[in-house]
Amino acid sequence: MVAQRSAAGPAPGAFMDEVIAATPGGASHLELCVQCGTCGGSCPSGPDMEHTPRHLFAMIRAGMKEEVLRSNTPWYCVSCYYCMVRCPQEIHITDIMYTLKRMAIKEGLYRESSAADAPDFSETFIDFVNNYGRSFELGLATRYHLRHHPLTAVRKAGMGLGMVRKGRMDLTPKRINGIEQLQAILAKARELGAEDGAISQGGRQ
Amino acid sequence: MSAKYGYYPGCSLERNAIAYHQSAVAVAPVLDIEFVELDDWNCCGATEYIAIDVLPAYALVARNLAIASRQKLSGGNQNQVVAPCSACFLNLSKVDKYMSDAPRLAANVNTALAAGGLSYKPGSVRVRHLLDIVVNDVGYDAIAAKVQKPLYGLRIAPYYGCLIVRPGFQGAFDDPEYPMSLDRLMGTLGTTVVDFPVKAHCCGGHMTQISEQVALELIRQLLQNAAEYEADAIVTLCPMCQLNLDGYQEAVNRHYGTKYHIPILYFTQLMGLAFGLPAATLGFGKEFVDAAAALNKIGVQPPPKPKKERAGKEALPMPEMAAGGLSHES
Repeated sequence: MVAQRSAAGPAPGAFMDEVIAATPGGASHLELCVQCGTCGGSCPSGPDMEHTPRHLFAMIRAGMKEEVLRSNTPWYCVSCYYCMVRCPQEIHITDIMYTLKRMAIKEGLYRESSAADAPDFSETFIDFVNNYGRSFELGLATRYHLRHHPLTAVRKAGMGLGMVRKGRMDLTPKRINGIEQLQAILAKARELGAEDGAISQGGRQ
Repeated sequence: MSAKYGYYPGCSLERNAIAYHQSAVAVAPVLDIEFVELDDWNCCGATEYIAIDVLPAYALVARNLAIASRQKLSGGNQNQVVAPCSACFLNLSKVDKYMSDAPRLAANVNTALAAGGLSYKPGSVRVRHLLDIVVNDVGYDAIAAKVQKPLYGLRIAPYYGCLIVRPGFQGAFDDPEYPMSLDRLMGTLGTTVVDFPVKAHCCGGHMTQISEQVALELIRQLLQNAAEYEADAIVTLCPMCQLNLDGYQEAVNRHYGTKYHIPILYFTQLMGLAFGLPAATLGFGKEFVDAAAALNKIGVQPPPKPKKERAGKEALPMPEMAAGGLSHES
């Protein structure tokens, strides 16, 4: 379908097409939403979301790109897949939430959402994975919490210390043997993602 | 001959969920199964990598699938990989499924893998959760035959969490909303399985880090439900669920003024006890919420505490913050 562009900006359907194209894994079925609200009713963090998934999908259809990408909804998604198994239209809701996170980062709009810290948690996590091939909880917790929650970092440190004392947290990260192989794979994937925009819209470069 | 499976422990089982790893490894020989750890596996990306960059997130997981498909195991179950962590289980099975469904994604992932001399053909690895292997491959009857010390009198709330039952990317082995396999397993061990209507609800996942209030409420609902049914312990099968319910139980009590004291144990730990294995080999003592009372109930001596608890739990080798609103303990 070729959307007709008005002088005011892209046609409403353009944003939905963009979201669908950026969601990998076959048909996401986003365009089939019937606004039944099963998703929002099933969502454990629904009460804390600025828009339920159903609401957000109506906004996507209406082309409200900025409002959608400024919403805290994708960041409050806990990836529990309740909505996805219950959706009568088999919409890949959880995957769409991940797509919206990536788009919000790309457009910089997450900073205006009430979940502005969330991307940095993800980025700190993946930094360790990129450098070591494994996650590193102590590094993640200290870097992220000292930056974003310095006041409560003291209490968090208490838990971290308990983790160390219980032998549940490493003091140094572990690096896999094939880290160079992994980095070559990830670099190639980033390069391909940049070329093939329909598969990857991510990255805050 | 024991049945061999590829074993993908994942980052959590290396350290934070070491009790899960230790107890899984301890019960395996009793169940006549053998784990062959994937060679030089890497992190699955949890719920974070895919939020940042999609194709690298898929390639990250696919490296593990490629390693698994290359690793030849002698004797049955070839190319079956066991993931005890629900998030790892989900990510590995999801990447396989989406690569099968989306040829262009599969082609791009394979181009990336080729940069590291690897490749992965979608559909060639079957990813299975540890609970699935235990209840479906070993089976309840074989497990019952191994029970030497039935855990009579212990009231257990069986907690599944989300990702083991939803959405079932390679086919679900239990109901996505009201699963029963862990209930049956716990019953087989002799425990009294309490009704636990929230058994497949979310533990809050990474919300403890992003918006703690949201997570604390979800954790509170789970603890409250288990408390109402007078459970001695909640049994889990996921490192994230264990950490949230165990590590944040004190935070929940502080926030809501509650007094929950419900130890959060791994199902493999209880299997080990029922099989008569020594508690010391099953990772007990790593939990924050002390399990001694629950263990005493079934006549198990908890392993001695490694060190005397530090006086004043909040005492830290760092200066107290003087900002307003923070309470000071003298």
